[in-house]
Amino acid sequence: MGILSIILKRLGLGVLTLFLVSIIIFMAVNMLPGDFAQALLGQAATPEAVAAIRADLGLDRPIASRYFDWLIGAARGDFGTSFAQANFSAYVGENSSSNYGSVATQLAPRFANTVFLASVTAVIAIPISLIIGILAALYRYSVFDRVANVSTLTSISSPEFFVAYILILVLAVLNPLLPSLSNIFDGMSFGERLEKTLLPALTLTLVVTAHMMRMTRAAIINLLASPYIEMARLKGLSPFRVIVVHALPNALAPIINVVALNLAYLITGVVVVEVVFVYPGIGQLFVDSVKIRDIPVVQACCMVFASAYILLNLLADIMAILSNPRLRMPK
Amino acid sequence: MTNTKPLLKIRDLQVDGISDETRSRIINKVSLDLYPGEVLGLIGESGAGKSTLGLAGMGFTRDGCEIVGGSIEFDGIDLVNSTVEKRRQLLGSRIAYVAQSAAASFNPSHKIINQHTEAPVFHRKFSRIDAETDAINLYRRLRLPQPEMIGFRYPHQLSGGQLQRAMTAMAMSCRPDLIIFDEPTTALDVTTQIEVLSAIRDIVEQFSTAAIYITHDLAVVAQMADRIKVLLRGDEVEENTTRAMLKSPRESYTKSLWAVRSFERKQKPPAKTGATPVISLKNVTAAYAMNDPVVCDVSFDIHAGRTVAVVGESGSGKSTTARCITGLLPPLTGSISFDGTALQPDYRQRSNEQLRQMQMIYQMADTALNPRKKIGEIIGRPVEFYLGLTGREKRRRVEELLAQIELEPTEFVDRYPAEISGGQKQRIGIARALAAEPKFIICDEVTSALDQLVAEGILRLLTDLQDKMQLSFMLITHDLSTVRAIADEVVVMKDGLVVESGPKNDMFKPPHHAYTDLLLSSVPNMDPDWLDNLLASRGVDNIGDAAIEKMNEN
Repeated sequence: MGILSIILKRLGLGVLTLFLVSIIIFMAVNMLPGDFAQALLGQAATPEAVAAIRADLGLDRPIASRYFDWLIGAARGDFGTSFAQANFSAYVGENSSSNYGSVATQLAPRFANTVFLASVTAVIAIPISLIIGILAALYRYSVFDRVANVSTLTSISSPEFFVAYILILVLAVLNPLLPSLSNIFDGMSFGERLEKTLLPALTLTLVVTAHMMRMTRAAIINLLASPYIEMARLKGLSPFRVIVVHALPNALAPIINVVALNLAYLITGVVVVEVVFVYPGIGQLFVDSVKIRDIPVVQACCMVFASAYILLNLLADIMAILSNPRLRMPK
Repeated sequence: MTNTKPLLKIRDLQVDGISDETRSRIINKVSLDLYPGEVLGLIGESGAGKSTLGLAGMGFTRDGCEIVGGSIEFDGIDLVNSTVEKRRQLLGSRIAYVAQSAAASFNPSHKIINQHTEAPVFHRKFSRIDAETDAINLYRRLRLPQPEMIGFRYPHQLSGGQLQRAMTAMAMSCRPDLIIFDEPTTALDVTTQIEVLSAIRDIVEQFSTAAIYITHDLAVVAQMADRIKVLLRGDEVEENTTRAMLKSPRESYTKSLWAVRSFERKQKPPAKTGATPVISLKNVTAAYAMNDPVVCDVSFDIHAGRTVAVVGESGSGKSTTARCITGLLPPLTGSISFDGTALQPDYRQRSNEQLRQMQMIYQMADTALNPRKKIGEIIGRPVEFYLGLTGREKRRRVEELLAQIELEPTEFVDRYPAEISGGQKQRIGIARALAAEPKFIICDEVTSALDQLVAEGILRLLTDLQDKMQLSFMLITHDLSTVRAIADEVVVMKDGLVVESGPKNDMFKPPHHAYTDLLLSSVPNMDPDWLDNLLASRGVDNIGDAAIEKMNEN
């Protein structure tokens, strides 16, 4: 089987998974107690007012028809209109079909910010993890190895907000090097943006490094007993070369998988860090929308998270295949 | 040679193996001299310390081994006390290593030629371009097909024999003074082994490289070595020139090694015409994937009390045929009958009684026994399952079976598989098969993972049991000396087809099908001139893959 057909097959499966996820998300979100109308009206809610708002938003239609409308829209990239924004635009006299309150316009900048934060973190964390992992494997059971293991495990075991506050204390308060607030807005230069993002990115680096570093170390050490590693040693190569040239290429598949998993986490799971640094990412938007039952936004966020997971895992699979000559070049 | 200085001088070497907290001696005061251009054969059974000694000759010990005494000198350099850096400069450049399994010892992630040029470039012996040209030159000398291109493939794209030759070429890449060959042909089929042997010998002679050739196969070492040293559990037994050693071994252990190859049971008279065979295969064709049959139109009979050896190289369909008989792989077409009644193709549709009559003994006793069960439970399970015995009766039957396989019941019944030796494990495998009181047993390469002395014990046990219980055996093997030892009839398979079959005595006499002939003539002989004679009579292009290709063209 060629690589292309493998990729196409995985893509097909990815689309199917996404479809199943969309059903689950829609059902789950609709099962949440309370709805937007009640959340909006609060204690002043009379049954008539609630019913009026529900009718206005189409919440009184059967769930299946709402689902298919939403799905067809989502497939075209139209995730509908944010309830909260629709409400607001009705006040200012615009009709709800204008672009102003669409979920996409609300989501896009937030998503871009999240991807930016994830990218900055990845650029810092992946090389660091790989290098520490390789060095830990090279000097296994040495003091360096132990220190690397203990410190990365400590950072992953501490709550994220705690790591974040410690970094703020050290890098923003005691030594004012970086801003402690990450208020990002349009029109900022790349440099400014990077400066504001650095502190949350460092926090996240401390969170994700342990996984990747330990997998790199374990995957390499796992291979050190193989005959081809002994052969490389018996060729008189230096220990560093044995590990980097002979062990690492064969250890890539598990490492790539863990990296992909961590990247997916960076896109979907960084709410706490965003809150601490007031970083305008997708995580905050998601939590806020759940709070006010803004169902279209919640659904869109979920779909974005699911797609990120599926795509990153697909990418990891493809890269794992490319790193293995047996799969890349069949006999 | 006495006036030149030895290239490698080992004196009273002691190596310990350390596992958990216990130390055990692996090499016990062994000394060795190797002169430039000389080939020394190291032979012994598994656990004799051959590989450890070979690697020590490179100043290298595996993890968990430690040199505790003695000296190793390579060309005047002390390998025990020199720095790691200094030893590393010698490895690959002046001392090279050829491993047992080339398939496992080539890095799957890099092209062959990149692995070849790595050592010369790293040690600054040749530039990358010169090393590449030299690699192609060596590939040509070792008669690899398409020498200009073959190096640019990945290891998985080459056959086992090609990889082993490419590895020999890689060892030559820096023109070392010494090469350690660690069982380089053990994992190969006989027809492939012979071309690797002749290639290794040629190249070692051409560059007058000194070599240590490690093997457990006496006939192979007889072709390769000038001198032979015999090891037994870390001790040196004796050392002599090859011819003297073959003609008149001094020590009794060496003599027993020599004697193993002479075990041969007389062929039984053929079954009466018209007798119902225990197992009968008729035109069996089977495949794992559609339209790609692995076994094609195979027919043969196995009669009561007889042993039919199915012979062939890896991939010839021997084991697949066995899977068809047991019903693990239902054949596409054809039928299999037992005692005259046709069997269902799928084992799930066969009766318990039919399943009981047919048992298997496996190649790797290590993996075929559940490591978490005691011997008594392993053998007791089929006793209970097939015969319904429990409690005291079951216990008695298990002890009876252990006695039959010549192991002391009280001593073994409560042990775990990890606590017994390889030969004993294989005996437990036999006892487990016997526990069902079958008529027919499939023996799948049962001796190929065992040392020759132990293997002989297993073969003798099998023949004794056969005589006592009128068992029928299907013996799957690629080893023709096993066939000669215990078979009554032989079926030769190649590429899923039966190329020849008949009584054993006829099979070892000409004329043969060309493939049988090639197979028979490729089995090394104890005569040190055997390889020379064979090459002289057949020519270098008529051995191994080349011969098979020619045969396929005709």
